Amino acid sequence: MKPTRFIDLVPHIVLIVGVLIFAYPIYVTLIGSTWDSGTIGRGGLPLWPGGQGMVNYAQAWAGEAGERALYTPVRTMMLNSLVMALSIAVGKIAISILSAYAVAFFRFPLRMAFFWLIFITLMLPVEVRIIPTYKVVADLGLINTYAGLAIPLIASATATLLFRQFFLTIPDELLEAAKIDGAGPVRFFIDVVLPLSRTNIAALFVILFIYGWNQYLWPLLVTSSGDMETIVTGITKMIGTGESANDWHIIMATTVLAMLPPVAVVVLMQRWFVKGLVDSEK
Amino acid sequence: MQRRVTFDNRLLPYLLLAPQVTVTLVFFIWPAANAIWQSVHLQDAFGIRSEFVWFENFTHVLSDPNYLDTLKVTVVFSIAVTVLAMGVALLLAVLADSKIKGARAYKTLLIWPYALAPAVAAVLWMFIFNPDIGSFGQALRALGYDWDYRLNGGQALVMVIMAASWKQVSYNFIFFLAGLQAIPRSVMEAASIDGAGPMRRFWTITFPLLSPTTFFLLVVDMVYAFFETFGTIHALTQGGPGKATETLIFRVYQDGVVNNDLGGSSAQSVILMVIVIALTAVQFRFVERKVHYA
Repeated sequence: MKPTRFIDLVPHIVLIVGVLIFAYPIYVTLIGSTWDSGTIGRGGLPLWPGGQGMVNYAQAWAGEAGERALYTPVRTMMLNSLVMALSIAVGKIAISILSAYAVAFFRFPLRMAFFWLIFITLMLPVEVRIIPTYKVVADLGLINTYAGLAIPLIASATATLLFRQFFLTIPDELLEAAKIDGAGPVRFFIDVVLPLSRTNIAALFVILFIYGWNQYLWPLLVTSSGDMETIVTGITKMIGTGESANDWHIIMATTVLAMLPPVAVVVLMQRWFVKGLVDSEK
Repeated sequence: MQRRVTFDNRLLPYLLLAPQVTVTLVFFIWPAANAIWQSVHLQDAFGIRSEFVWFENFTHVLSDPNYLDTLKVTVVFSIAVTVLAMGVALLLAVLADSKIKGARAYKTLLIWPYALAPAVAAVLWMFIFNPDIGSFGQALRALGYDWDYRLNGGQALVMVIMAASWKQVSYNFIFFLAGLQAIPRSVMEAASIDGAGPMRRFWTITFPLLSPTTFFLLVVDMVYAFFETFGTIHALTQGGPGKATETLIFRVYQDGVVNNDLGGSSAQSVILMVIVIALTAVQFRFVERKVHYA
């Protein structure tokens, strides 16, 4: 054994500092969510947990009036965010896998035209077409609905491209064998393509769930009533301009609850998540 | 590209494409076309009649000194976020990739911030740097530094840059790590035997071999800084104080939603589209090149 030199410790020190820089704000928020608003508002937040945790979380969850304002209950906002995130993830995967199947396994007139039509959506993120898209959704009467929250975000070129790429690696022999056995395109899709795509679907699901949960500008525009509020936009509305006289204890408890689902998904499905990210963005 | 063997069916492929094509036409192509149409028209005060005005909206937008200031803020903000996020991520990735104890634990502890929304990241930073309630904010004031990002434009810009980069480091880290793991160990060992030190190995082998990843992240981070950071800015500073942290996307929102100026906002949207198309084109040229060498 060589004796440990100081130089060998440098990577550990840098990495630990890195980890701390990312963990510290979360720690402060967790601690803050267990104290009362007075303690936080005065700026005297200790570094250890207080005794108000249960009360704060119960209050945030049920939306009981804080000391200064009335908020949308966190359970409503969590449900809205969950519906939006799941609809976007499931919707995107469903429509992309179908269109990729059409483009990869059939030969038909205008095939490439459709492919390009889907492809150019890459260049139109929701932010750049935000006002006219809002107008379309308003004309369709979808303001303050789950459909209005999710559908405009579910067309995605990246998911289609990823599935198409994968479908092109399925050997021709498999398709020929299926045809000889008398399997049609629907049967082949259900019995062969879908099971083979399982890992890709799981990986994409993780990425898209987080994408959906974290949407901000779009929900800000298309929801105006409290009972359609999503949790990420809900937090910033609670904060307002960030004065010291906020119900900080409820805001911090809400923030912790808002982070929980996406962080849990990343930590628990880490392998799929990294694969999904690296594959879909290539 | 096309498979050799395919199914023959006249109707089915169109049915399979229908959902995605419908959504694309209704929510992508039609609004984008609308933005382009509106950007060359001027509406009267009641929104009933509109007149074709060529590029008047564009010249109006581009000659507005406020818009040029916003452009300047966006450029400073994007470059700062990209450089910070990539620099920190590369340093951490190189260290976590080396043969050290606990590398796996470090990785897990560094990738989870990816899950946070940009707006939530901003809120976390506020909890710490708010001059009234934040521990660091108070510490800065206790040291005699006049810290209040709600009043000081320069400090506000620093705040949004820090919060936006903080959130983006984990994304860059994941890709740098994947890039590093693809570099064959034998090359590094050979260099080692030839007497190249760690710094020299990094600059002559690792860094050049990572260049596809670096380039890809450069584009992704720019797009992130341009568009996704709307939440960061909206949550933290609302573009203020004054217009110190107003970026292009924030201004589209401000002009279109808050001030209801459709022509001007559409012209700005079209300018943003051109920027995204340019960035995407650059990215695809690079993807092609990578495929050739792979």
